[in-house]
Amino acid sequence: MTLYLSYIYTTFSKIRIESIQISRNVSNTKEKKKLVIAVTALNATDSPGPGISVIRAIRECVDFDVRIIGLSYEALEPGIYMHDLVDKTYQLPYPSSGTDALYERLLSINDIEHIDVLIPNFDAELYNFIRIESQLEKMGIRTFLPTPEEFEARDKVNLHKFGKKHNFFVPEDKVISQVSELAQGAEKFSFPLVVKGKYYDAFICNTLQEAEKAFYKLQAKWGIPIIVQKFIPGTEINIAVLGDGKGNSISIIPMRKLYITDKGKAWAGITIENNLLIETAEKFVRKTSWRGGCELEIMMTTDGKPYIMEVNPRFPAWIYLTAAAGQNQPASLVKMALGEDVKPMSDYEVGKVFIRYSWDMIVDISEFQQISGKGEL
Amino acid sequence: MKLKKNVATSEAGFVFNPGTGDSFSVNQTGAEIISLLKENRSPEEVINLISSKFDAEQIQIEKDLDDFVSQLYIYNLLENQD
Repeated sequence: MTLYLSYIYTTFSKIRIESIQISRNVSNTKEKKKLVIAVTALNATDSPGPGISVIRAIRECVDFDVRIIGLSYEALEPGIYMHDLVDKTYQLPYPSSGTDALYERLLSINDIEHIDVLIPNFDAELYNFIRIESQLEKMGIRTFLPTPEEFEARDKVNLHKFGKKHNFFVPEDKVISQVSELAQGAEKFSFPLVVKGKYYDAFICNTLQEAEKAFYKLQAKWGIPIIVQKFIPGTEINIAVLGDGKGNSISIIPMRKLYITDKGKAWAGITIENNLLIETAEKFVRKTSWRGGCELEIMMTTDGKPYIMEVNPRFPAWIYLTAAAGQNQPASLVKMALGEDVKPMSDYEVGKVFIRYSWDMIVDISEFQQISGKGEL
Repeated sequence: MKLKKNVATSEAGFVFNPGTGDSFSVNQTGAEIISLLKENRSPEEVINLISSKFDAEQIQIEKDLDDFVSQLYIYNLLENQD
């Protein structure tokens, strides 16, 4: 007789698991609310933006009858051409163009579309949207965004200070602006260490040469400062969080990454049930009075410490999993943006798996021409 | 030697720890043992029930069970491990 127990990552989609809770929002027979919702981050690429996931979740909400307006930056963002999800797309000026250009463009789009709710999903654009939030409201466009203070406090550059202040586990770091400062970081943390860009991207580096290469790459792509962070080994878990802006957590869904791409993105993941993670997220929302969606990137160490590696100030690309697991965070955000009272949700389906895939869409050149030339499709 | 309460199992030998997201597969014998552990059977009961089904020396079954339980422990599937 032999016994074996082997660790597996996937290949269990057909197996029915016992003792899983199912609790979905049940719809009423009330009339659906007609809404025009604008969403950014339609770049459903190998390192996807959250836009398509957000739209899919909103479309699934039985309370809404929606027209989706896509807001894009580049002509090849796949979501522009996904006409079953996005009704119409308009191009926006790049975030570097500033708030005036953004406001003017939204003003002209709104004249045509009469947007009810706008959900920005890119880190790099968020600050501009936060700055024009009150102007948008005057146009009749509702948002549900963090305050500038909340946004700044969780910034990568400030994360260590934030963690210390509120007693979270956060890795030690050093914010640098010159490549020569890397040596000090290496002395402080030893190798391996992590070199991170201001907005996106991170490299695990084992030598000073690797760290220097990473520095130059990140500097060229995202500018300075660069963050040098102590490497924390462990299991990667992400938590999708929705806060009401008064310190209450409306929804918290932890997800264990099952398959990670070379860019560090989850290509497959599973919802898990872990009180320590949920308490960490609740504490984050309580301490910051977080308003809107965010993602906590956690490294769970072997001795059970949940290190907050990053706080992304918007929904993650895997946000549809929250809807699939029974807590539709994007739909709840829309309701809160419209001033509705949304009660905190606690039940969700544990063991729900997402597996991402890629698909070649075939698009006529006339569509590409139209979005490239006219800035709308 | 108690399996964690929230550990989910299937007859096909799939084991899922919802606290960590880890998943495992066990063979039929392993699945039977896990099912007995879920029923809070003592080690002696497990050994007796398994030995009644398999043509193996009791001492061998005890040894295999010890190894198997060690693996359950390593994979954080037993109670009082946190």
